[in-house]
Amino acid sequence: MSTELTTDGSIPATDARTGRTGHLADKAFRGLTQFFALLVALSVLGVFITLLVGAWPALEQYGFFNFLTTNDWNPVTDVYGAVAPIYGTLVTSLLALLIGVPVSFGIALFITELAPVWLKRPIGVAIELLAAVPSIIYGMWGLFVFAPWFSENVQPWMTDNLGDWPLIGGLFQGPPMGIGMFTAGLILAIMIIPFMAAVMRDVFETVPPVYKESAYGLGGTTWEVVWKVVLPYTKIGVVGGIMLGLGRALGETMAVTFVIGNSHNVSGSLFMPGNTISSTLANEFTEADGAIYTSSLISLGLVLFLLTFVVLAIAKLMLIRLKAKEGKAS
Amino acid sequence: MNSSLYLRRRLINAFNLTVSVLTTLFGLFWLGWLLWTLFSNGLQWINLDLFTQSTPPPGEAGGLANAIVGSLMLTGLGVLIGAPAGVLAGTFLCEFGRSSRFASVVRFVNDILLSAPSIIIGVFIYGVVVVSTGHFSGWAGGLALALIVLPVVVRTTEDMLHLVPDQMREAAAALGAPQWKVVSAIVYRAAARGIATGILLGIARISGETAPLLFTALNNQFWTTDMSQPMSNLPVVIFQFAMSPYDDWQHLAWAGSLLITVTILLLNIIARIWLREGK
Amino acid sequence: MKAGPLDSGTTGQYQMSAPDSVAASASEPVSVDTMLDSSKITVRDLNFHYGKFHALKDINIRIPEKKVTAFIGPSGCGKSTLLRTMNRIYELYPDQRASGEILLDGCNVLDRKQDLNLLRAKVGMVFQKPTPFPMSVFDNVAFGVKLYERLSRVDMEERVEWALRKAALWDEVKDKLHQGGTRLSGGQQQRLCIARGIAVKPEVLLLDEPASALDPISTLKIEELINELKDDYTIVIVTHNMQQASRVSDYTAFMYLGELVEFDDTTTIFTAPANKQTEDYITGRYG
Repeated sequence: MSTELTTDGSIPATDARTGRTGHLADKAFRGLTQFFALLVALSVLGVFITLLVGAWPALEQYGFFNFLTTNDWNPVTDVYGAVAPIYGTLVTSLLALLIGVPVSFGIALFITELAPVWLKRPIGVAIELLAAVPSIIYGMWGLFVFAPWFSENVQPWMTDNLGDWPLIGGLFQGPPMGIGMFTAGLILAIMIIPFMAAVMRDVFETVPPVYKESAYGLGGTTWEVVWKVVLPYTKIGVVGGIMLGLGRALGETMAVTFVIGNSHNVSGSLFMPGNTISSTLANEFTEADGAIYTSSLISLGLVLFLLTFVVLAIAKLMLIRLKAKEGKAS
Repeated sequence: MNSSLYLRRRLINAFNLTVSVLTTLFGLFWLGWLLWTLFSNGLQWINLDLFTQSTPPPGEAGGLANAIVGSLMLTGLGVLIGAPAGVLAGTFLCEFGRSSRFASVVRFVNDILLSAPSIIIGVFIYGVVVVSTGHFSGWAGGLALALIVLPVVVRTTEDMLHLVPDQMREAAAALGAPQWKVVSAIVYRAAARGIATGILLGIARISGETAPLLFTALNNQFWTTDMSQPMSNLPVVIFQFAMSPYDDWQHLAWAGSLLITVTILLLNIIARIWLREGK
Repeated sequence: MKAGPLDSGTTGQYQMSAPDSVAASASEPVSVDTMLDSSKITVRDLNFHYGKFHALKDINIRIPEKKVTAFIGPSGCGKSTLLRTMNRIYELYPDQRASGEILLDGCNVLDRKQDLNLLRAKVGMVFQKPTPFPMSVFDNVAFGVKLYERLSRVDMEERVEWALRKAALWDEVKDKLHQGGTRLSGGQQQRLCIARGIAVKPEVLLLDEPASALDPISTLKIEELINELKDDYTIVIVTHNMQQASRVSDYTAFMYLGELVEFDDTTTIFTAPANKQTEDYITGRYG
């Protein structure tokens, strides 16, 4: 070893001849970590390419645009179109946002502004545990517990009372089956609330105290401070959090598969069974016989991938922008 | 002072804050209901057979032993691949990449991977592994899970390494330690708890994953530890049994659900307590 | 300066055999020529940038061997930055760069070919906040030694004890060598860091405000320690505390806005500074 000490224990003179210590190991270590970082970056590209290759036969046969606009899904005649699953995906996800966003906002508001200090943590953890429960558990609970209860106690009432309303009445008509797009959307909402609430809580906490203090100092109520100071300051981050929730909702599989009814069916009523991209994949992928059938399913996967990629990318960009703003303010 | 305006403002405030409390209760309500359902339906079917017998044919009693072992093996494989890769990639982001363009891209992609639909990961591994080997296998399932653990570990590793003060790195470098030594002997040690927590959360995340296993590990009714064969695992068994018309199967599904959920919640709670104690 | 003298025995002649540096310093208001001690570190025309910020401007200074040299000046004057160039610790950060020459025993440490790790093994550093590593007291001290020496267990134990004794910490920690270093008190932690620094037997010890985070009693201990260490080491200390500088140092450099304003023996700086700015600072008129 060139760096051995001299006998008197002093460090040998440092010049070019003594060789450089640890530089090779440093380079190797850096290279190793860089390789895995590259692997992360390439994995998403790999997913995209694999999906594209798998989807190619179907897209070639039907054409991408045609595939997106055909409302037909028939393994017998080998005709596949993505309208029903895309419709189901969008409807359930939007419903999930409609329910989930206000609730998440309320929870974030409660945790950041209202809860006493000793309660902040337990509540935060409990809400986060909601996100840890596996999706398949939500599905079983939804199918065996929630759906029967819902069809007996709530659904008839909603059909009777909301079903005649102009414009939105149609959403609530149909047989009270318990399962269907409404139930799927509601369960999705419960599943994405923890994610959105956590992001909202985090971004609310980035507001410099001096902003809030000055608003309170003017005699503002808690609500006014949140609505007029905190929210405007953090709105990009809040939207980012919502997009993150949307990204989750779009791709959520097992819970939806249990409760949506799994029929390729575009219906105006939320109480009717439907399908989402992911539930179609979960149900049919392993049973698909024939190259075109499998390829059509992978095409659906490609659509889902692109959809979530765009939504998540927007979410991420918004959160980055909030962070940049925070950096400037402090 | 306009007192009616003031009253109005106070009423709005009180109303909205009440709603905020209600939304929190709304969120907790579902957690409570869900757990209640699991315990009331699952607890009665937890017995020794569950851990010693394999999944039965329709209409017969049995256990989940093969599924439990399969799940452990798949999760183990996923963590063994995903965690080291994630720690190293996270190390790059914090120690070398920092604010470079490449690091920003990796961070961006990683965050997308973190929230990407797990079923897409399943389709990806299906296309890469299952199609090329010609059959479903435990290896494919483990790889799919590894890809789900990866972004969780990358993210927490980077965050935890950032918490190690730069002064610690300076102090080690000032003694003449090369960078790999600074990171491996000092920084990792200082962040060990945090990194372990990240891995624990990663395990919790994949323990209940069903979608990516549907087209990779598939399922296997029989006892096997052969990773090159289709492999039984709890989530897929639960899915299959719950959707079946047989009572025995449904009971097993409830018992399995309780088992999985309690494990995952415990992992989460342990991870949190552990991290907090380290501070 | 590739052909510069390598062994420390010749450094004493360096001052005389390098007329260019005398010429350089003659143009500066720095009275280095008056020094009798041989110099360990010679800084020539040093400039330093943080990104676009010009933090050090044409610094010329000679640090005498086996003496304590203090850098004082208001915050942001560049005193810490100057210290951090001497073991090139700034290179951990990509946007920081230095130009000029820093000769350690005649070798330019800013040379690209300089092995950083060996340099840092020779030039130890202690930081403002104590930075015990997350390991036992023993392992903390042994960490640096293990990097460059393969000692038997007994030898290592001897070395650790020697370093801890030097740092006046041995009596306090001899029964808890295998406890975590982070469990010591702040003052003990800082002395542990000094022990860790001297365990590798460096030639120079850089102290960056080593007592600013400590209570008065711990500060006193550190100052006593510095006094003892200067028999064996060349010590450079940055401090914002002028009393401390006057107590512990033999030479003092006053810096202001990235420039070296005045450098002389400590007594002169504190009693009869040549420069008006120095006098204003010493007497507390600004800073």
